[in-house]
Amino acid sequence: MQTKDINEDIKWAQINKDVLRSMENPRMGYWIAVAMCVAMVGVALTAEILQYTTGMGNAKNWPHMWNLYIATFIFWIGMSHSGTLLSAILHIIRSDWRKPIYRFAEAMTTFSLMTAGLFPVIHVGRLWNIYWTLPYVSDRGIWPNFRSPLIWDAFAVFTYLTSSALFLFIGMIPDLAICRDNAKGWRKKLYTALSLGWRGDDRQWRNFRKTYLLMACFLIPLAVSVHSIVSSDFAMSIMPGWHVTTFPPYFVAGALYSGCAAIITLFICLRYFFRFEEYMTIPILEKTCKLTFAIAMVWTYLNLIEFASVWYGHNAAEKELLIAKFTGPYSPFFWAMLFFGSVLPFTLAFEKLRRHIPTMFVVSLLLNVGMWLERWMIVSPTLSMGYHPIAFDVMWPTMVSWAIVFGSFGWFGLLFLVFVKIFPSISMYEVKEMVYHRRRVARDEQAHVFHRRTGDHPSSGTATPGLEGA
Amino acid sequence: MAKHRIMGLFRDFEEAFNAIAELRDRRVPGLGVDDVTLISPIEHPEIEEVLGERPSHVPKFTLCGALFGMTFGFLFLSSAQATFLVQPQGGKPVVPLPTNIVLTYEMLILFGVLFTVISFIITARLLRKRNSLYSENVSVDQVGIEMSLNDNQLEPVRQLFKRHKVLEIREEVVR
Repeated sequence: MQTKDINEDIKWAQINKDVLRSMENPRMGYWIAVAMCVAMVGVALTAEILQYTTGMGNAKNWPHMWNLYIATFIFWIGMSHSGTLLSAILHIIRSDWRKPIYRFAEAMTTFSLMTAGLFPVIHVGRLWNIYWTLPYVSDRGIWPNFRSPLIWDAFAVFTYLTSSALFLFIGMIPDLAICRDNAKGWRKKLYTALSLGWRGDDRQWRNFRKTYLLMACFLIPLAVSVHSIVSSDFAMSIMPGWHVTTFPPYFVAGALYSGCAAIITLFICLRYFFRFEEYMTIPILEKTCKLTFAIAMVWTYLNLIEFASVWYGHNAAEKELLIAKFTGPYSPFFWAMLFFGSVLPFTLAFEKLRRHIPTMFVVSLLLNVGMWLERWMIVSPTLSMGYHPIAFDVMWPTMVSWAIVFGSFGWFGLLFLVFVKIFPSISMYEVKEMVYHRRRVARDEQAHVFHRRTGDHPSSGTATPGLEGA
Repeated sequence: MAKHRIMGLFRDFEEAFNAIAELRDRRVPGLGVDDVTLISPIEHPEIEEVLGERPSHVPKFTLCGALFGMTFGFLFLSSAQATFLVQPQGGKPVVPLPTNIVLTYEMLILFGVLFTVISFIITARLLRKRNSLYSENVSVDQVGIEMSLNDNQLEPVRQLFKRHKVLEIREEVVR
């Protein structure tokens, strides 16, 4: 049974070899996953073309034709949160177990944002006019309304995408140099260009660390602000079910929750595809599961708070909507959301289940089903029971809408799978650092025990540097 | 007098550390640790014990970027909103502070990050051609010490490297 986050005796050359091999020689499962993603994207593209030729939502869902797309937009924005945010937080608090898993988590952030960015484009209905959403002055000298949370959204998502992509790239530079030193052909040219001439001298390392730390400090408040702003799209309206004070923390908790669940799913996939059993270890999976469980409980608490606020607030429209969520046409989805979001996470509380990879794979997928339902249950019921009786309707998405949403998972998966095939999905230099420091601590502890037994008193903090590559 | 560049490759950081410590003790006339560059597969902040503290200027750029972003963001929004002066505002302020703070904050972060990245490229001296002494073993597990020397310093440094079990010495003449 694996008890350590990483095997401290692993050789540095072996780390390079294992990670570089993963970019050349994945298991067959990888190619099957790629084929599935391509098929899903194909389905979505066909549906998209159909939508543009026959009309938004195929003209059957008025006036709620965009709700499935917006719910999915929020889902993907949420999914993007855990990667960069957790990576930054764990970096600042020096939790070294993040090192083997942060790279793919950060990549997940970038690709989730890129997937989320498609949905405003899809739901506006006139793709060719998408540039209208950009903040530029019109020919009548009028600027967009900067008071609108929709414009904040555009700014926040753009800032987050730019910063996350740069954070991912900067953290990857030393590894790109390793790839450059070992690659041939087109890969050599690519890595040479992207590694920016990195050679690992003390000046570069010093500035690298400072840069990475500063970016992490920026990204934590940024990630929180992005999802708070997304929640403002709803909370700043006066619609029942949306005009809720707890929406910003509720959205942030939900985002972290779905992101953590996605990290577990991708962790298990990559571990299998690339034979990363030495690096993506069971103790690290356990830590991620515990974190997910804690966030699930925060999310559950915020849900209960929201229900209590509505119930005791005695606003007739809000209360009617809440009762409709529990008993109305959307109730099966609402109860499913509560089950997947609040009850299912208790499986993460049991060590035996946490260490069982197939169970965790299924649970992590179901948690994300719950999180997607959460977003849908935020958007749809309110639109069905707003203040305008003319808009009262129960909306069931058409197959076209479902196909586009389904395809977005394929699009995300495809981007991610291509990334992990071209770039190292484990940070080689950080894993080396992890091994180096853990080995040093272990050696100091051994020396301390030895000196205590012999009655000797070694001066503290005299650990000699070294041990690398041993 | 010709100038030389020399790089010694060591099995681990401990040996490189000891070699630099000996250099610091001025065993080679005219050569100090200011001329030394350590090249390693991971960061070794503890090298500053022998190389002395070498500050990073990245935070200054970051601060400038954040201040620029904040100022630019607010001025951009307010100047755009000021064009609405010709239209009725319905009692609302022309430049609303609470809502503008949100976007000003985003601009602060965006430019802070951009300036940080640009300053990293400048201060770390990236985007330059690597010199011919670079060894690919440094990206695996070996540690290099590189320095520029005069003719008369070359042999003492070679000897010093050998005393610390150097694996390989690479040299080039700098024109």
